[in-house]
Amino acid sequence: MIDGTVVELSRVQFAATALYHFLFVPLTLGLSFFLAAAETVYVTTGKAIYKDMVDFWGKLFLINFALGVATGLTMEFEFGTNWSFYSGFVGDIFGAPLAIEGLMAFFMESTFVGLMVFGWKRLTKMQHLIVTYLVAIGSNLSALWILIANSFMQDPQGAKFNPVTMRMELASFGDLIFSHDAQAKFVHTSIAGYVTASIFVVGISAWYMYRGRHVELAKRSFRMASLFGVLATAGVITLGDALGFVGGQAQPSKLAAMEAMWQTEPAPAPFNVIAWPSQSQKANRFEIQVPYVLTPLLTHTMTQTVPGVDQIVAGNVKRIEDGIPAVEALKVLSSDPTNAPALAQFDAHQKDLGYGFLVKRYAPDQDVSKATPADIQKAAWDTIPDVFSMFWTFRLMVGMGLLMLAFFVLSVIFSIRGDIMRQRWFLKIAPWMIPVPFVACEMGWLTAEIGRQPWTVFGLLPTWMSASTHSVGYMVFSLVGFVTLYSIFIAIEMYLMVKFIRKGPENDASGSAPQPAYGRGGFVPAGAMMRKEG
Amino acid sequence: MELYLALKVLWWLLLGVLLMGLAIMVGMDMGVGTLLRFVGKTDTERRVCLNAIGPHWDGNQVWFILGGGAIFAAFPLLYATAFSGLYIVMLLLLWTMIMRPLGFEYRSKLPSANWRNVWDWVLFVSGAVPMIIYGAGMGNMFLGVPFHFTWDLRSYYTGSFLSLLNPFAVMAGVLSLSMSIYMGGVMLMGRAGGEVARRSQKAAIGAAIVALVLFSIGGFWVATMNGYVLDKAPAPALAQNPLQQSVSLQLGAWHANFHAHPALWLVPLLAYAGMILGLLAVRANRPTLAWWLGALAWIGVIGTAGVSLFPFMMPSSANPSQSLTLWNSISSQTTLQWATGFTAVFVPLILWYTSWAFWIMRGTVDAKALEHDGHAY
Repeated sequence: MIDGTVVELSRVQFAATALYHFLFVPLTLGLSFFLAAAETVYVTTGKAIYKDMVDFWGKLFLINFALGVATGLTMEFEFGTNWSFYSGFVGDIFGAPLAIEGLMAFFMESTFVGLMVFGWKRLTKMQHLIVTYLVAIGSNLSALWILIANSFMQDPQGAKFNPVTMRMELASFGDLIFSHDAQAKFVHTSIAGYVTASIFVVGISAWYMYRGRHVELAKRSFRMASLFGVLATAGVITLGDALGFVGGQAQPSKLAAMEAMWQTEPAPAPFNVIAWPSQSQKANRFEIQVPYVLTPLLTHTMTQTVPGVDQIVAGNVKRIEDGIPAVEALKVLSSDPTNAPALAQFDAHQKDLGYGFLVKRYAPDQDVSKATPADIQKAAWDTIPDVFSMFWTFRLMVGMGLLMLAFFVLSVIFSIRGDIMRQRWFLKIAPWMIPVPFVACEMGWLTAEIGRQPWTVFGLLPTWMSASTHSVGYMVFSLVGFVTLYSIFIAIEMYLMVKFIRKGPENDASGSAPQPAYGRGGFVPAGAMMRKEG
Repeated sequence: MELYLALKVLWWLLLGVLLMGLAIMVGMDMGVGTLLRFVGKTDTERRVCLNAIGPHWDGNQVWFILGGGAIFAAFPLLYATAFSGLYIVMLLLLWTMIMRPLGFEYRSKLPSANWRNVWDWVLFVSGAVPMIIYGAGMGNMFLGVPFHFTWDLRSYYTGSFLSLLNPFAVMAGVLSLSMSIYMGGVMLMGRAGGEVARRSQKAAIGAAIVALVLFSIGGFWVATMNGYVLDKAPAPALAQNPLQQSVSLQLGAWHANFHAHPALWLVPLLAYAGMILGLLAVRANRPTLAWWLGALAWIGVIGTAGVSLFPFMMPSSANPSQSLTLWNSISSQTTLQWATGFTAVFVPLILWYTSWAFWIMRGTVDAKALEHDGHAY
């Protein structure tokens, strides 16, 4: 028997450690390229201020990088420690991208980050620039392989069950790495990292400009990051749409939940702008709709039907009924892998094996042959993820994306017009934007992963079967350990970040003497300063 | 099907290479972490130690990450069973491991002596504890681990946390720690100079003697143990799972492979050669030579464990017939083929640029250089 509490605690632990890890990853992805860009300008123009930029942002990059590496280790362990059935069942496929990540990306990133930090005096300028690019490319390649692995859980391509080894095995490497979900997700996620880094740089630079410190360095950083940011935000929104399109094909249940679509409506269907979904009533308590918008948004046509929850559940009832004989055949095959009738029965039903597993949870004695129509109904309703959280995590992410786009458009305009120093209100709010992309990234992760429930591998392996067989005590112990350790870590990290931001760049080619503050409290009229800043 | 057999054996060897790479490279950094407070008496001396491995520890640590990834990819059932079965131990390993990057990156960020002291101890714990666990984990493979499977290959661990800390495993853990102290010691001898180098030399000599003694005791101890014997199983080249075999226990069976193929005695002999010649090289103050001999000793020690256990990977003491062997815990042929392709391309590349990185950063680290380098730890 599998203890439901242990499964839930395993989920909480994984979600907590993954969300935590994902606080550091996007910044690494984006800041590494920002450093490479600034260093490129330094090498091509020879202007010392760009070297100072690399030094300063590089210091913050490393403080963040250390925690990204540390918390990444946890993720690799947790599949084995807490999701051992999952690991044994799909490790033949899922393990490969993880191992390749290490070989191709992580070695590169980690080896060259050492040279990036310590190699300034030992490498030529050009060699050092290449090293910096290799760190950026390495960290982004790392994201690529991790997202390929994650995409297998969302849209399992290229896998086939082997009754002899009793697990899923790799059938096509090409299908695994070129799954549409993997491609769309990689670009969407890595570009989200560029947005995160851009806001981070813009926000901190704005803070310096507001306080009249390190203005030259801040202005240049602000301009570079604004341009980087506006392009990246436009990209992340476009690619998010592509990802939604692809994801909708692979996981209609996730899409229906994201849009709170309980009933299938004739095309073109209306779009819920705001809704208050209720899982127990299987309806929205409240909704504001725009007619005709949903169908073109999701299918890029006016005529294709988008299946609602009702239609998906009805279809899944059939798949569960079809999956029951597959589970029964599997049990025979486990002690007798050559049993011909069982093999034939398994082959006929194996595409619905996962749905058979799904009902096992509710069937008396976990014996699928005893499952009643009520059990099957229950299991079919399980296939709809929590609509309320899906609807709102998704909308929060999109809303923040649009907010950031507006922010970057303004910052680019001010930067190009050269009057950013006069937009004091903008400089004042910019630092407050720093948390936005972080929250948006977390919301995106939640949308993707809650939307995959009740599956660890969509359609193949239910979450409730995937966890290790620990005791509740073990799980409490590990959860408390992680929470304690991670809380200490983040407190230290934030402390150092804030300290080094307050301290500012150590070398500042524009003169490290603190400059007088503008506006309130400053003795120099703002206009006069502006001319000097030029 | 013959190709599958060849790939299985190849991946058994590659797993060995990975474990050796991990022990040599990460072990060296961990040894430095363990020695930090004892060979570095002043803050500057400790910074010298940290900066000697500063440019490389992050890259070296990937051996550990790749080790996990490769076991996941090539031996998924072993990964699942071992990592979940040894839960508390794995958490201790993980928690101490994840403190390291912070120790390196954050320690010298603030001038406060208390701050630095705390991080020094963090680096000590995160150097010594993982190496003990690493060795103890290997040691437990000789004794068997209490786990079993249900019909659908769900694994259950039935032992307690403390049963993993039995005398033999602890001895293997200390062996592993002493070898890592040796590697860290000779690294500091070569790259730190001055008093630090002299103290490191002493530590390396002590560590080499301890390793020699423990490795010898271990050899005799294993002879008095019940080893596992594969009585009946599908042919090695066939795809299979651990429910399809029968296994029995026999006194001294862990020496059976050596008796069957006496040439294999060369493997433990290699370990002895590495340790004894390494000891002499340390005494002669030849750190580079001593480092390579230490690496040789690691290859010998891990090779000895592999040869003794072959074809077992993780024997089950709860139900020996469900033991994990090389033949039944490995990935499918398709996965192994792809993994082999990637390995063939990337491992040479990694070795090339890692050597380049060491070459670029060659030479000794001294206190003067630290003061003028804003990037130093």
